[in-house]
Amino acid sequence: MPDTILFYLLAGVAIIASALVIGQRNPMYSIMLLIASFGALSGLYITLDAPFVAMAQIIVYAGAIMVLFLFVVMLLNAPQEDAAEWDRAHPMRRPGFARFGALLAGLLIAQLAWALMRASSLVETPVAGRGDAAALSSVRALGGVLFTDYMFAFEATSVLILVAMVGAVVLARREDDR
Amino acid sequence: MGLATLWASFDPYLRPSVIGLMIFIVFNALIMASAILVLAERKIMGFMQQRYGPYLVGPHGMLQPIADILKLLFKEELRPKGADRWLFTLAPVISVVAAFTAFATVPFGAETTFFGLLDEPIKLGVSDVNVGVLVVFAVTSMGVYGIVLAGWSSNSKYSLMGGLRASAQMISYELAYATALASVVMLAGSLSLREVVDAQSGYWLGFIPRWYLFLQPVGFIIYVIAGVAETNRAPFDFPEAEQELVAGYNTEYSSVRFALFPQAEYINMVTMSAVATDLYLGGWHGPFLPPAYGWIWFLLKVGLILFAYIWVRWTVPRYRYDQLMQFGWKWLFPAAVLNLIATAALILYFNA
Repeated sequence: MPDTILFYLLAGVAIIASALVIGQRNPMYSIMLLIASFGALSGLYITLDAPFVAMAQIIVYAGAIMVLFLFVVMLLNAPQEDAAEWDRAHPMRRPGFARFGALLAGLLIAQLAWALMRASSLVETPVAGRGDAAALSSVRALGGVLFTDYMFAFEATSVLILVAMVGAVVLARREDDR
Repeated sequence: MGLATLWASFDPYLRPSVIGLMIFIVFNALIMASAILVLAERKIMGFMQQRYGPYLVGPHGMLQPIADILKLLFKEELRPKGADRWLFTLAPVISVVAAFTAFATVPFGAETTFFGLLDEPIKLGVSDVNVGVLVVFAVTSMGVYGIVLAGWSSNSKYSLMGGLRASAQMISYELAYATALASVVMLAGSLSLREVVDAQSGYWLGFIPRWYLFLQPVGFIIYVIAGVAETNRAPFDFPEAEQELVAGYNTEYSSVRFALFPQAEYINMVTMSAVATDLYLGGWHGPFLPPAYGWIWFLLKVGLILFAYIWVRWTVPRYRYDQLMQFGWKWLFPAAVLNLIATAALILYFNA
């Protein structure tokens, strides 16, 4: 029972915080709410007996990536995302686009509702035993799997990130530096 | 009569749990430590500059921290007109909560009954989780939000510069810090701080303690340098560089809100020293004392590192900002990566 309460508490925080992220006019508040959402997600991982994933979530997303976001927002120092004149005249603001967007949002909600209704029939079937989860939480086992079974995906992701980094450096270089 | 009888006299349901007691002890010890460190810092600074330091309040100025705290409590609490109301209040809270929480997974002693006061021996440490090293790292990295938000929400140029510097510095030095940690974790084969400490018990050749300091001298130096940078202490105190930024991120703060920042800094110093002791200096293992009194060794080692912290602050001048970045990215981080690769190779060589 405490597990269930904890789950709904953390899930509630995660969902409400995520929803509030897109409702903020101040990007600083959006970042703080996103961090709160990550924190709640990490709590959910702990209730699933995956402390390593929970800590990785905090270190990588809340600790590193969001600090970078914060740095950029502070550097640009944009306290208010105000709708400027050029912003209101933006082609994406025309009613046609707005209606298309509303249609897509409607589709997304329908899809989510459909997925949730399908999932509700799966709730009763037990999730593969908790013993497996405990074995998974072992960092040694995780590392072993990562460097054997998922070797290709792991290395491909590393190369992808390296490519993105080199691209960013090339783009950031000024012309006269060459 | 002892604590044991008192303990037993409680109704089982009302009996304070071991973990509750431990939280109480650690919480108060950290508060006391930050007060003592303030005094120690000023006394040692005075000694190094050939003067007395605080000397008027109490014998030899020993009650100076109490006077400081009272003064801060009775100051007027100011908030600049242009400051962001919520984040300005939240920032010091984040700082100090992260500082206290980080100590939760740091073990500081073997099983002990405290000179026979307790019936059953208890393990010293609030909680022992199997990813303790990562928890300390994750929670301390949350502490930077307090500083960055304080800098931004004050709506002041100097504060903003301090916050920007804090975030850039944190990103640069966290990498080297984590890489140095990874080398120790590989040697011990565990992410649990208690298991890392227990892997360092015993002696080589009968007299050299099996501390990872001797296996990881480069890692230890990197850890300590990155640790000083992470706690924003001189020579890496850029976020509050007083000659350049008035007082940096906490320029606009006063009273208790201000007091929370230095308190968080001193508690972070204690945590950093305690983790260094656990990872590199063999934690509570040491000669002469039985294992049950190992926490005395632990306190001595932590005190030694804290003294070195203060010593460095009053000896080494502050870097220039570009030197900080150059040093972090071009020297410290590559050195940490090379150390990691060398450690991995040697482990494979000797275990195969």
